[in-house]
Formats: sequence, structure tokens, C-alpha cells
Amino acid sequence: MDQYINAPLSREDAAKLKSGDYVYITGTIYTARDAAHKRMYEALQNNQSLPINMENNIIYYMGPSPAREGRPIGSAGPTTASRMDKYAPELLDLGLRGMIGKGKRTEAVRDAIVRNGAVYFAAVGGAGALLSKSILSSEVVAYDDLGTEAIRKLEVKDFPVIVVIDKDGNNLYETAVKAYEQE
Amino acid sequence: MRTIQISEVTQNIKEMCIEANHFLTKDMKTALEDACEKEKAPLGKQILCQLQENLNIAGEDMIPICQDTGMAVIFMEVGQDVHFEGGSLEDAIQEGVRKGYVEGFLRKSVVKDPLIRENTKDNTPAVIHYEIVPGDELKITVAPKGFGSENMSRVFMLKPADGIEGVKNAILTAVKDAGPNACPPMVVGVGVGGTFEKCALLAKKALTRPVDEHSPIPYVKEMEEELLTRINKTGIGPGGLGGTTTALAVNINTYPTHIAGLPVAVNICCHVNRHSVRVL
Repeated sequence: MDQYINAPLSREDAAKLKSGDYVYITGTIYTARDAAHKRMYEALQNNQSLPINMENNIIYYMGPSPAREGRPIGSAGPTTASRMDKYAPELLDLGLRGMIGKGKRTEAVRDAIVRNGAVYFAAVGGAGALLSKSILSSEVVAYDDLGTEAIRKLEVKDFPVIVVIDKDGNNLYETAVKAYEQE
Repeated sequence: MRTIQISEVTQNIKEMCIEANHFLTKDMKTALEDACEKEKAPLGKQILCQLQENLNIAGEDMIPICQDTGMAVIFMEVGQDVHFEGGSLEDAIQEGVRKGYVEGFLRKSVVKDPLIRENTKDNTPAVIHYEIVPGDELKITVAPKGFGSENMSRVFMLKPADGIEGVKNAILTAVKDAGPNACPPMVVGVGVGGTFEKCALLAKKALTRPVDEHSPIPYVKEMEEELLTRINKTGIGPGGLGGTTTALAVNINTYPTHIAGLPVAVNICCHVNRHSVRVL
């Protein structure tokens, strides 16, 4: 089913999303990948505050290529989510509502998704040029020194994603593959 | 003896880094088009269509096909009658990569030290493989390699008794474990034989073979065909979201090996199987 949602995303709206839904996101989302997650995790370990609020926000696991003149961003597709698995449950417990990436997640992440009424979306890996067309603006808001790995605030319009893990823990990577498995 | 100026090497490598990250080779494009036609899963078909749209946008607007513009892997096949003039060949190659990535708006994805992890900010150094061959030409292959799929690659040190079934199982295991992480549909490069490092290099080089070409060795060709069929029956599908297109090709390279061993390397590449080849 096709769904159109706004970001930030309330728990109520996230609850309407089902594994396998094709979703178009409009609004504000944030990027963070390996190095930014490590820093946020360390900040929490040291009882420091995070540079962005997690409550109802969506994090896109993405590090863009540089923007050409006159464009908001370069190529901007998802990176493999499993590298953020170590850090994700704690962020979900702080209110993080959604994650956009690609690839499998651990049981601990799935449990944290269910516990917090969150959602894991996949964007199409390797379609960074196409996905960049749904990004209207990009601004570095933290960890500028990390270059492509800095935290960016993105304004997106109809950004296309697919619900992989929904708030009930259904996982499209398991169900869809079984449907076409012949060996 | 033929003289090649190293400035020519720099210029070509710069252009090839940019070219490879914006345009796929014709065989890859055709394979993706065919896959889109044949895919049985509706979502899988939609994803394959988006990948073609993505390729069109990349070429027209000069936006890299994928934001992971890779670590540059460069094969230098140097004719033994070639003489390089004007400085260090190694420096000339790295300078070409630096210029390509900085001036071509490509992502800088290389860290200086694997554990300290400070970005070099110009995507150098490249990984360079030299080979001395007969003749007076220089063949350069620039193959930027993304790490979503690189991370899912494996080396298996099998026993000779494991035989051909062992090799097939190793390849299927690597592909199934990779699943959605490697951005399927994948191209699977395989090296069988040699030593620990030789089989890995064979696998990497297999990824640069056109996807519509098979091994000239009859039993290897059969194995390539059988494995492609079996991989496409795993159900993984485009994006790992289910379907009948999980791989576009399985390319296997072999080499003599030791009486006690059967090394197998599986180097997985995503559908953005990039390479640019030039002969100077």
C-alpha cells in the first residue's frame, strides 16, 4: 500500500505503517552514519546531550557525495544499516521514530523498534542520483569536521522508502524473500 | 621501447574515476534492462526500473550513480617495453585519483589508518595492482569499489576433498549471507585456486569481466551458469526485498593451486559494478 507521511513522525502515524508499504516522506529528516553515531553514543556515555533531538525524528543512514554548484546535495542513497545496530537501540529508547537505510538489523534493534513503536525503512541502495531529486535542502547541523559523515538536516519531498520492519516487528526481508524462494 | 609521460597517466586516471562513477559499461546497462523485463516480483520490477532511471539521471545531471563512489582499485597492465618518463608512476596514479575525486565532486571515503580513521579528504590512496605483460602498451582499469558489497565478500580455504560442490556451496553461502546488505542485484566475482591472496585478486579481477562473457574453460562456464540460476532462486531479489533477480552474473576465474589446498574467494559487487578501461 502507498502511504504519504510527514516527518517528524508521531508514534500514532508510525503505527499506521505496515511492513511492505511503499512510503513517501515529506518534511525534515536528519542524516547520521558510522562516525556520527559513534560520537553520539560517546556523548550519551559521558552524560552529555545529543546535538539533535531524537523525539519523533527520522535518521537517514547516508553520507552524500559533494553537491555541484546550484544543487542542494550530491548523490544521496542509503548505507548499510547493520553498522549502526550497536547504537540504534539507545537512540530508539530516546524517542527516535524512524531509521532509513538498507540491509538486515539485529534482534536487539527489532526489539527496540517494537518497544518504542518505531519503524525501519529501506531506501533503494545504489540509487543515489535518483534519491537526491527528493531532497530540497541540506544543512550541516553537527560534527562538521566529519565531512560526508557530519549530521545534516534535510528537507525532503516525497522521499521514497519501503517499510521493512514495522512496530509489530514484521520484517519484509524475511517475508518477501520466502515468497520467491525456490531453493 | 615506448615512452609514456606520467602526466598522461594522471590525466587518464582522473577522467576514468569520474567516468566510472557516472556511467556504467554497456554490458551492465543491458543486463539491468533485461533483468527489469524478466523480474517477476512487482516491487522488484519497480526497483529495477528505478535503477535505470537512476542511471539516466546520473549521466545527464552528472550526479554519481551511488553516493559511495568507492575506494579506487586500479589494475595497471604494463607492457614490458614501456618506459615511463616525468616522475614516479605511483605518484602519478595517486594524483590522478586525487584530481578525479576532488574535481569530479566524488565522495571522499578513505581513512588514513584503519583504526585511527581520519579521512584523507581526497580519497587517496588507491589500491593498485601492477602486472607486467608483453608488449609496449599500458592497459589501465579503474574500478571504484563500494563497501556495502565489499563488506560481504569472503575467502574460504577449502580442502581438496570439498571439490566442486564445496566451491558452489561457498559461493551460495556468501551470497545468501550478503542478502540485502550488498545492494542486489549483484555481480559475483569468484577466484578459485592460487594462494590465499591470489584467489582474492582473481575474484576482484573477475568483476571487471563483461557480464555477458563467460569463462573460456567449459566446466567453469557451466558452473557460472548453474550458480547464476541457483542464486536467482534464493528469492533475495532486487534490494533484497524479494524477487527473481538476485544476481546479474557470476564470473569465475581459476588458477593452479597447491596439492593440499582449494582456496575460494567471493568478491561481491552491487549492481553499480563500475569500471573504466583504457589502453595507452
